[in-house]
Amino acid sequence: MTAASPFEQIVDYANRADPWPLYEKLRAQPVWQEADGTFVVGGFREIDALLHDPRISSDPSNLLPEYADKAPPPDAPGELPNALIRTDPPRHDTLRRITMRQFGPPHRPDLIDELTPTLEAIVTRLVDGLAGKDDADIVDTIAYPFPVEVITELLGVPPEDAPRFQAWVEPIVNAFGDPTPERWRARTDAFKQLAAYMFDLAQQRRGDPGPDMISGLVTDDGPEGRLEGGDLFATLVLLLIAGHETTVNLIANGWLTLLRHPEALRRLRTEPDFSIRLVEELLRYEPSVHFLPNRSAVADIELGGTTIKKGHPLVLVLASGNRDPEFIPHPDRFDPDRTGNMHLAFGSGIHYCVGAPLARLEAQLALTQLAKRLRDPRLIADPPPYRISPILRGPTHLPVAFSGVHPA
Amino acid sequence: MRVVVDLTRCQGYAQCAFLAPEVFRMVGDEALLFDPVPSDEQRVKVLRAAAACPVQALRVDLADDVPVPPIEPARTSGGDRARGEGRIVVVGASLAGLTAAETLREEGFTGSLTMIGDEPAEPYDRPPLSKQVQTGWASSTDTTLPRRRDIDADWRLGVAATALDLKHNTVSLSDGTDVAFDRLLVATGVRARPWPVAAEADLDGVFTVRTRADAAVLRERLNAGPRRVLIIGAGFTGSELASVCAELGVPVTVAEAGPSPLIGALGGVIGRISAEIMREHGVDLRTSTRVASLQGEQGRLRRALLSDGTTIDVDVAVVALGGIRNVEWLEGSGLAVGMWGLACDAGCRAFDASGLVTEDVFVAGDVARQPQPVFGYQFLAMEHWGNAVTQARVAAHNMISDKTDRWPHLEIPVFWSVQFGNNIKSVGVPPIADQIAVTQGSVQNRRFVAAYGYKGRLVGAVSWNHGRWLDHYHRLIEQAAPFPLPYDVTDPPVDGSPVPAEFPERVLPARDATVVVTGHDPSERQATLIHSSPAASGSRS
Repeated sequence: MTAASPFEQIVDYANRADPWPLYEKLRAQPVWQEADGTFVVGGFREIDALLHDPRISSDPSNLLPEYADKAPPPDAPGELPNALIRTDPPRHDTLRRITMRQFGPPHRPDLIDELTPTLEAIVTRLVDGLAGKDDADIVDTIAYPFPVEVITELLGVPPEDAPRFQAWVEPIVNAFGDPTPERWRARTDAFKQLAAYMFDLAQQRRGDPGPDMISGLVTDDGPEGRLEGGDLFATLVLLLIAGHETTVNLIANGWLTLLRHPEALRRLRTEPDFSIRLVEELLRYEPSVHFLPNRSAVADIELGGTTIKKGHPLVLVLASGNRDPEFIPHPDRFDPDRTGNMHLAFGSGIHYCVGAPLARLEAQLALTQLAKRLRDPRLIADPPPYRISPILRGPTHLPVAFSGVHPA
Repeated sequence: MRVVVDLTRCQGYAQCAFLAPEVFRMVGDEALLFDPVPSDEQRVKVLRAAAACPVQALRVDLADDVPVPPIEPARTSGGDRARGEGRIVVVGASLAGLTAAETLREEGFTGSLTMIGDEPAEPYDRPPLSKQVQTGWASSTDTTLPRRRDIDADWRLGVAATALDLKHNTVSLSDGTDVAFDRLLVATGVRARPWPVAAEADLDGVFTVRTRADAAVLRERLNAGPRRVLIIGAGFTGSELASVCAELGVPVTVAEAGPSPLIGALGGVIGRISAEIMREHGVDLRTSTRVASLQGEQGRLRRALLSDGTTIDVDVAVVALGGIRNVEWLEGSGLAVGMWGLACDAGCRAFDASGLVTEDVFVAGDVARQPQPVFGYQFLAMEHWGNAVTQARVAAHNMISDKTDRWPHLEIPVFWSVQFGNNIKSVGVPPIADQIAVTQGSVQNRRFVAAYGYKGRLVGAVSWNHGRWLDHYHRLIEQAAPFPLPYDVTDPPVDGSPVPAEFPERVLPARDATVVVTGHDPSERQATLIHSSPAASGSRS
């Protein structure tokens, strides 16, 4: 039996709390070919180059037949096409433009900016809820409910339905960590139910539209038309899940990192605007999405002395790129004063995270409130327990003790 | 507060436009316009935008930024004498000049620094002058560049450099004074080429757009609702101004001597696409047409006679015929100057007229002309924003470094233009190409990338609303990749076969004699410049 490759060790749940030394091993070689034929890349420049390379595909149909089990099955057989994260141009570009019309510039440039006071109010109320306690799980009380409330508000999903879709989201997200046939099946079932839920909601909005994104998507005709049928539901499911899952991790990983770096926590309390660069450094240092699986090349690519073969699965380890000393000086140093902080936390190229501006704002507001309002916060468990997924990496719970809550 | 965006780096991720929508605005798919002087209440939003930029293309003035603890000077190896005691003079208070000054201080230069500029203002950004300033969206023509750091310089603004004496290492100024230097940086840039008939150029209503003052007057006239605007020349500036007129609803005629717009920079295939777009936006585009004369009444422009025999009534004419390099002040200096600029080596050291490299005089920005190893060591003059920045950094570094620590300026040119809602970016040197092939996307939808090849090698690429792909081509050009691309891509064009790139015949600087060579023994041989340009008597900095 051969020793486990760095990537196999990264995926191993035993290493979830501290994958960083494994990423360093990964970077010893620009491109790895795993025993099963998967290619893995962990250097900043190499990942960045591949994310701008027109030979790289996100469409699972470009995988060779023998790798079909590496990608998730079609989201719901016969019903849902691939969402935009699993498509290539020109289809990807069209889906993305139609979606962005309801979310940002140039069509709705003020949406996120105008939402800022609402974000502030939500997180203030959630932190108010900690008053009178000595300890709390920051995931359950802040990191999870905050982005969930925001995305339901933005999409126009009734907030009281949150527990329902949480039950569907969990199997969808977990399947990627350690794919087994059972997990894929559970994922497909959950997807069907979530899509059916979205179908009802979309029908309802069509008749009675509001200012939310779902209403926009089902009523507004842009120059390229609307999303119809499966494209609409695949997109809605994606927006709902991607709209909060990653932000939960960003806030939880961020708060954990602050408690491990008391000087940064102190500065966040006292220095105005400190949260801006702090969150950028958190994104680099503790990103929510550790790698992009399920890409492939449509033609052989020479990179770092290796050939990435056409049709093989390709994994881009963003979190490793963020710690690449060839690109970032002293990458293992958590340094919120870094200027020119470029990182891969939101990917790069045409699939750059749609929700990045929202995630940044949410993290800035949530962490600032926690820092300013919790008195003497202390980690109860370090490391905290982690979620299964090596991709969407973050704590399941983040128990913290404190000595009271300052008023807002 | 002050902001500038390096649109060479920008890939249109729109993070700034999300976070500070009153300051940053997306046009079409990926073009970005910004207000260079946002109000102070926008500060936090602008800082969020600057931090969020995925390619870190936003620069905010030091005074407005989040304070960071000081960092010790970066490098200290070599060149210590020049770092500590030297006197450095920068002629040209421009983007290149300012960038060089900041780099000098960043690298630990503690000697005296003098900044000389013929305009009265501190260095400012020019691209907005033909875009958001003309549409009236940018709050003013004040596009003063933000400072990354304090440069502690002696500013001599509003005075032009008139001569360079290399025997005594002094620069003479228009106010009659001389400034001595140990190291000199020439960053005098270009000025707008004026309308060649002086009496017509003097008519009220005839403009060029290069300076802040030019832009302010033009903005006023466009805003006053002229009957028709005539734009002479459909290069990038002319095309952008046509776009502004269309946006403002001002009737506009564009007269272009060549067969299509943008033909000099991007060739006829791309030029025809540009022509279609112009016409769709109601621009009266006349290709292969020259302006025979500009005619006025009581000193005011009234009409223009075109070479197609028609006469059009116009109140405003914008002369967009490119630039003239500001080298006249150097003509007696013995340096290698000509209409193509001041030649230098890849380390930005100026050549003298004989082609020998000087030790004390460096060049950067639009006025520089340097050998580009990637393109067969051809001398290239790169009049691009990004080049002004990168070349200035290399020049500044080399000015205070020992020869063992000098950097070559190996920049692959990149430029951009925003017109009619389209973001056009180019990398490499398309005009040397013989062929062009669409590689990705759809020309019909105006979202595509095309590659340029010369004798089977990739030499350039242009993206049309597809800028996020351009980095790929940038790398390929640096690697001397073959043309056409020998592999499949995810979004292949309907027809990707190479066709002639259709560039006009190039004027090669080598064709005209610019020097006379005298002497017989190797020790006496010398080249002396011949000055024939009528502009030679002028002086600019």
